[in-house]
Amino acid sequence: MSTPASDYSLAELMICANAAAYERDGEVLVTGIGVLQRIAASLAMLTTNPGIMMTDSEAWILSTPNPVGKRPDDFVQMNENWMGFSRIFDNVWSGRRHLTGGPTQIDRFGQANISAMGGDYQKPKVQMLGVRGFPGNSICHANSYMVPAHGPRVFIEGECDVVCTIGFNPDRLPKGYSFDEIDLRCVYTNLGVFDFNGPNHQMQIVSLHPGVTVDEVVANTGFEVHVPDTIATTAAPTEEQLAVIRQIDPHNLRSKQLKDNPAGVRA
Amino acid sequence: MNKQMSLQEIVGQLRDGMTIGIGGWGPRRKPMALIRAILNSDLKDLTIVAYGGADVGMLCAAGKVRKLVFAFVSLDFIPLEPYFRAARQSGNLEVMEIDEGMMLLGLRAAAWGCPFIPTKVGLGTDVIKFNPDIKVIDSPYDDKEWVAMPALKLDVALVHVNRADVRGVCQITAPDHHMDDWFVRAADKTFVTSEEIVEAEAFADPAQARLVFWERNYTTGVALVPGGAHPSSCSPDYGFDIPHFQEYNASAKEGGFAAYFDKYIKGSSEDEYQAKVGGLDAIRKLPQPVY
Repeated sequence: MSTPASDYSLAELMICANAAAYERDGEVLVTGIGVLQRIAASLAMLTTNPGIMMTDSEAWILSTPNPVGKRPDDFVQMNENWMGFSRIFDNVWSGRRHLTGGPTQIDRFGQANISAMGGDYQKPKVQMLGVRGFPGNSICHANSYMVPAHGPRVFIEGECDVVCTIGFNPDRLPKGYSFDEIDLRCVYTNLGVFDFNGPNHQMQIVSLHPGVTVDEVVANTGFEVHVPDTIATTAAPTEEQLAVIRQIDPHNLRSKQLKDNPAGVRA
Repeated sequence: MNKQMSLQEIVGQLRDGMTIGIGGWGPRRKPMALIRAILNSDLKDLTIVAYGGADVGMLCAAGKVRKLVFAFVSLDFIPLEPYFRAARQSGNLEVMEIDEGMMLLGLRAAAWGCPFIPTKVGLGTDVIKFNPDIKVIDSPYDDKEWVAMPALKLDVALVHVNRADVRGVCQITAPDHHMDDWFVRAADKTFVTSEEIVEAEAFADPAQARLVFWERNYTTGVALVPGGAHPSSCSPDYGFDIPHFQEYNASAKEGGFAAYFDKYIKGSSEDEYQAKVGGLDAIRKLPQPVY
């Protein structure tokens, strides 16, 4: 039924790992912010979880995901219902959503930053987007993250310069809340898959991509990572998955997302 | 009843220090002709509330903004708005940075005459740490704490629409009207620029009337400005002007905003501006973006 692929890129491996995040989500709105994340969401919708809902990033919920990149002039997207930006909040504040974003910083509490870096808040060294919808996403529904270049500048030693999401920092836990209400799922990087289910919500290794070592992860993470006794190797994509990915991404935009588009299995 | 006004008459209604909400979203359906008219005015010390794009960047670069209420400022395909970025990094911009949904709640609170709307959005984040004016309160109904998102009362809302009649019935035929209806309802006065002025009969068909998102008693004035959202998009009439945004973005590295402003906006009427960017026919042919 499924044939493990022998020849695949690291980007394709990360797409398939991210797609697996949604298998048991049921009927939720899935938002993949970024090219790899969107391909992953589309792959899951077309294979393991047809209950997934996706938007066209403008105003419509689609019954079939749009391919990424330029589409033929005669392409007709399959709208299912109107979903303007204000209505997105009406839906997602109910919790029926799983988003995979791409933050610039993630700290040991699982808090994420897309707003600004360095300096102080009144005069940041690098202004980025602003908090966008991250505060609401983090407290209302499931969130995962993708990191294309796993390093200590992303997984920082201290707290995020601007804490855009609620995480597992005891000092910030709101009155009446427990950490069980925060649905932070997985982080997908170019080195492996991680979650925050280690001791006291410490980030831990779930799986490492083929050829990646624990030492490499430790050296590239600014805080202590929990290393469980057994660590899986991230499952290779199947030929069937790669065929669907090629339909979703006919212009091979996935090959441009990671520096030098490395192979999934290191030489 | 005739609410038609010129761009100049609208800007004449604005005052220093006002709180102004701007419709649209990022690079989409921004009332840019009004922004250009403000840039050519002496207005100053404005508090701007917006899902920001080049509207916010330009107003910041021109020193018009005393305080910015924002969740993001972005041109989407150019993720980081260059002049908003410069303004923040200069340390001279007072901000209220909030979640996209908190902004919606603040506008709704203002529209409904409530001092605040409770929400869990913002809890546990720096949104409540860096905004001491946003209070966290106990609930009379449960044991949790809640963010009391304050009303974002606007003196004026500025929005750009596809069609309007002279009485102020406004229609947005674009796929999304964004939060424009809430900006309008949160404001004491609303000034609209429109691609087209039509007869009231244009809305008689129920399918057309469904694309009217606020009632005309919120609309203070309407100006006919076809192409007035340029360089942002006004779907389905035109897409955003990618080369123009790229030039605008590049100007931040070479020449600065003054060079861009002098070339396109300074002392120019909207007709003169549009002639400089290729004319209305060229604007109307700008392709729709692919997301």
